[in-house]
Order: sequence, then C-alpha cells, then structure tokens
Amino acid sequence: MSEAPNTSRPEALLEAEGLIKSFGGLIATDNLSLEITRGEIHAVIGPNGAGKTTLVNLLAGMMRPDAGHIRFAGRDITRMSAPARVRAGLARSYQITSIFRDFTVLENVMLPVQAAQGHSYRFWRPVARDASLIDPARALLERVGLGARVDIRAGDLAYGEQRQLEIAISLATGPSFLLLDEPMAGMGQEESQQMIAFLRALKGDYTMLLVEHDMDAVFALADRITVLVYGKVIATGTPDAIRNDPAVRKAYLGEEEIA
Amino acid sequence: MKFFAPLRNRANMFTALVMLIFAITPFVAPLIGESFYITVFARIMIWGIAAVSLNLIMGYGGLISFGHAVYLGIGGYTVGILAFHGVDSAWIQWPLAIGISGLVALVFGAISLRTRGVYFIMITLALAQMIFYLAISAERYGSDDGLNILVRSDFGVSFFSLEDKMTMYYTIFAVLVASVLVSWRLVNSRFGMVLRAAKSNDTRVQSIGLATYRYRLTAFVIAGMMCGVAGLLQANLEGFISPDMMNWPRSGELIFMVVLGGMSTLFGPVTGAFVFLMLSEILASWTIHWHIIFGPFLVLIVLFARGGIAGLLTRGTRRE
Repeated sequence: MSEAPNTSRPEALLEAEGLIKSFGGLIATDNLSLEITRGEIHAVIGPNGAGKTTLVNLLAGMMRPDAGHIRFAGRDITRMSAPARVRAGLARSYQITSIFRDFTVLENVMLPVQAAQGHSYRFWRPVARDASLIDPARALLERVGLGARVDIRAGDLAYGEQRQLEIAISLATGPSFLLLDEPMAGMGQEESQQMIAFLRALKGDYTMLLVEHDMDAVFALADRITVLVYGKVIATGTPDAIRNDPAVRKAYLGEEEIA
Repeated sequence: MKFFAPLRNRANMFTALVMLIFAITPFVAPLIGESFYITVFARIMIWGIAAVSLNLIMGYGGLISFGHAVYLGIGGYTVGILAFHGVDSAWIQWPLAIGISGLVALVFGAISLRTRGVYFIMITLALAQMIFYLAISAERYGSDDGLNILVRSDFGVSFFSLEDKMTMYYTIFAVLVASVLVSWRLVNSRFGMVLRAAKSNDTRVQSIGLATYRYRLTAFVIAGMMCGVAGLLQANLEGFISPDMMNWPRSGELIFMVVLGGMSTLFGPVTGAFVFLMLSEILASWTIHWHIIFGPFLVLIVLFARGGIAGLLTRGTRRE
C-alpha cells in the first residue's frame, strides 16, 4: 500500500489556504491556513477577538474572504454560496441559538430534512401529512434526545434543549462536516457535560470543526487543536502538544490556565 | 403552527359569517330592497382577493410591499386596453392580465427583494408609482381620467356571461374562495414552510441549504398574479379603469386591511377588507368628514389590537 504521489493529502476533508479577511482597518483573519482531516474533531480556540466566528463565517460561506482559498472534499468552494455549501455537505451551527422559535420542534427539523431532499418548490401537498419528512425528522430527534419534545414550540424548550435542537437542525441537512460555533455557549456545568457526551457520540460519523471557549470540552473532545490569536494561527497540534506549547501559554497568560 | 381549525374559535365563526353574507347577498339584498349591496359586496370581495394575495407575502413571508396595488392596475389595464382595441375575449384578456402581472412582479421582486426593511418598503413603493405615472401619461387610454370599458370579458359561451349580474357576482365569489384555498395549500406546503421559516430566521434558512431569495421571489410572483386577477375582476365589475386604482394610497389600504383582519391568518385579509370597506361606507354616509373618525380608529386598532380582528376574537384562547 503506497500513497499515490502528487495528491495533496487525500484525507483532508476541508482545507483553508491563506485566508485573509479584514473589516475596515481590522484584520480578523490574517493569512490563515488550516487542514481538517476526515473523521477528526478539530478544535479552534483563542482569546476573545481572535477571529474564531469570522473563520466559521468564511468557511460556511456567510462571508467572502479578501484572499485565499477554501477546498472541501477536493473541490474549490471559495466562491460557492452558503446554501450551496450546505448542499455539498458542510453544515454549521450558531453560537447564538438560531432556531425557528414559532415552529414546533418537529417542524424545525422537517425543514432541513426537506432541504436535503432537494428543492422545495412543491406548492400543494401539506407537509403535516408528509411521512417522507416527518419520519426522518422524528428519528433524528429521537437520536439527539428530543424525541419526547417533538410537538412543543421550539421557543418553549429549555435552553440546553434549544442548543441540542440547534445542532439537530444542522445534522438534518445530511452533512459530512459540521462547523460548530461554541455549542456550549451559555450552558451550565451539567448541560455542558451532556453536550460533550452528545458530540462524542457523533464522532466518527461526522468531521467537526469545534470553536469553543470551554477548555474542558475542547480537551475532552478534540483530536487536534488550532490556536488563533489576532486572526493568525500560532499553533496546531494534539491536545498534549498544545497544552505544552510556550507560545500558546504566553497568549493565554492572564486570561485563563489551559486545562 | 396549527394548520386548520374549522370553526373552533370566534375568529373562524366570524369568517364563516362574512362568507355566508357574501354567499347569500344576491338573494337577500333584493328582498330587503337594498340591491346596491350586491355591488358593494362584489367590490369588497375583490379587495379581499387582493388582500389575501398581499397576506401571502406580507403575513407569511414578512415582505411589506407598499406597492401591491400596482397589480390591481396591471390586471385592470390589461383588460381595459385590450377591450379598447376591440379584444373582448376572456381567453385572451385573462391569461394576458395574469401573465403580465406575474412578469412585472418578477422584475419588481428581483430588484426589491435584494433589500430589506424600510428600503424594501420604499423600493416597492417607487416601482409601483412608476407604473402609476406611466398610466397617467398614457393619453390614449385616458390619462388620469381613466378609461371606460364598454363590454365585459367574453367567454364566448351562452351559459356563462359576465354581463349577467349574478354570474359576475358569483365568479368573484368563486375566485375569492379559490384564492383562500390556494393560499391555504401554499402556506402549508413545503414551499410555504420555507417562506414562513425565512420570515422568522432568514440566515438560518440559508444555512440549511435553501436560497431564500428565490423562494421569496416565487411567492412575490404568485401574489402579484393573484392580485392581477383581482384587478381584472375590478375592471370588469366597474366597467372603468383609472390610474387611481394603483396609486399608493390603495397599496396602503391593502396593507391596512391585512393588518386589520389579522396578518398571517388565512381569512384575516377577507374579514379585514370587509370591516374596512363597510366601516368607511357607513361612516361616509353619516358625515363627509368621516376620515376624522376612521383615522383614529385605525390608529387604535394598530395600537391595541395586535393580531387584528382575528387576534381580538381569539384572545383568551391559545394563539396559533
């Protein structure tokens, strides 16, 4: 078994190369390169204002980079629209819970299920009786532990449940890659532990980029960690390597102890 | 979101009552010697159709179009201009009226849907006024004096003639029922789900892989065509078209009918049109200064009756 030459690391599912994004005078992403291997959980950490959410927005296609390239599953997706990226298998979740509050929990997941089935230019048949939407949506909600809450208005869910629904919506699009923007944001200790267990159960089925402040979660889940400071990558490596990296320790000095 | 709750609450009962009044008026009105109510209600139903179409984009899609009456004008002028040139056939007039309304909606939507909020309101208004001024400058078709239509659309069959008062009335009634039915199916279909979801959270819909712009544009075109139908019916009923039927106050009145009746409720626009026009009719018969009463009434409704009449009548019961 020999690796074919000239192919650029076939196991890299998502690659960013030389990404630059600035807002006025502020450089939020500064010549950033990143490579995420199929099947891994890759955490991105960094102090406030390091450009983590900007990175997620660039990768998800909500923003266009000023320079650089993004490749996903071997295709250049730099110019691809956000919806097209989702259809290609690149889904994101939001730091600030972004669900359809007036829809039921079930309807929240039915929508991405129908999106995954192709276009939604079907004007006549009521979705309320559409088993091809309801069944997969129910199955997924069962899997994320919201099976008993399907008929509740999404806005009435407990906060932790809303965060789970947030990720269930992303999962329902049938992605191979998940961009998770602070899934533990605003969670208590217990809820965080549940979320960690939940994400660990997804590991292997999905490749994940995890942007997170909660260091316990990062070190519990990540295979590799990239550290951002002022939009630049200052280190990438295994959790152990990162923990002992002097540059990282310096960047975080005065902020918090790493794990 | 509940889909259909037949007569389970007072709002639905009120709607049923209004629809019943529409249905029996041609028989009852002559008996009580008030035949003119047939025309009044026919007029109200046409506004109802237009309001239902606006509700589709405004209530369910969150797109506050301040130029929706332009499609009344386009539907009306298509019929009027064709009739002026001697083309009376409904088989030509109606498809053209609907088609042109859809085409204009496609162009206007493609431009305006790139904006949001106040800009969307202003652009839809500006585009609609463009057509209004075009009609004013069309001297051949009467400029601002308008144009009389001498013959109603002709279906070419003896048993169905719009010149017959009853046929005209029940055609409008049927179109009203159809427009509510269409909007009911549409709103609860896959398409409608995307439209409603985009209203509540646009970026989220995009980030599950749906290009919201295209869905909104489609809804905008459907609403434009539906309102075009209302316009062609209006031209037929009144036997007259003028630029005033698409001037911006008409668009404002449409918005108000929808809000008054209850946004994003199925029948809200119909009851809204009914109450709005009946009230202005009644007030106008009392005093020529009826706007002094009507204006504050509208303000009070907006301030204190959120959800409009449908909201008032369902208050206490759980909101859908």
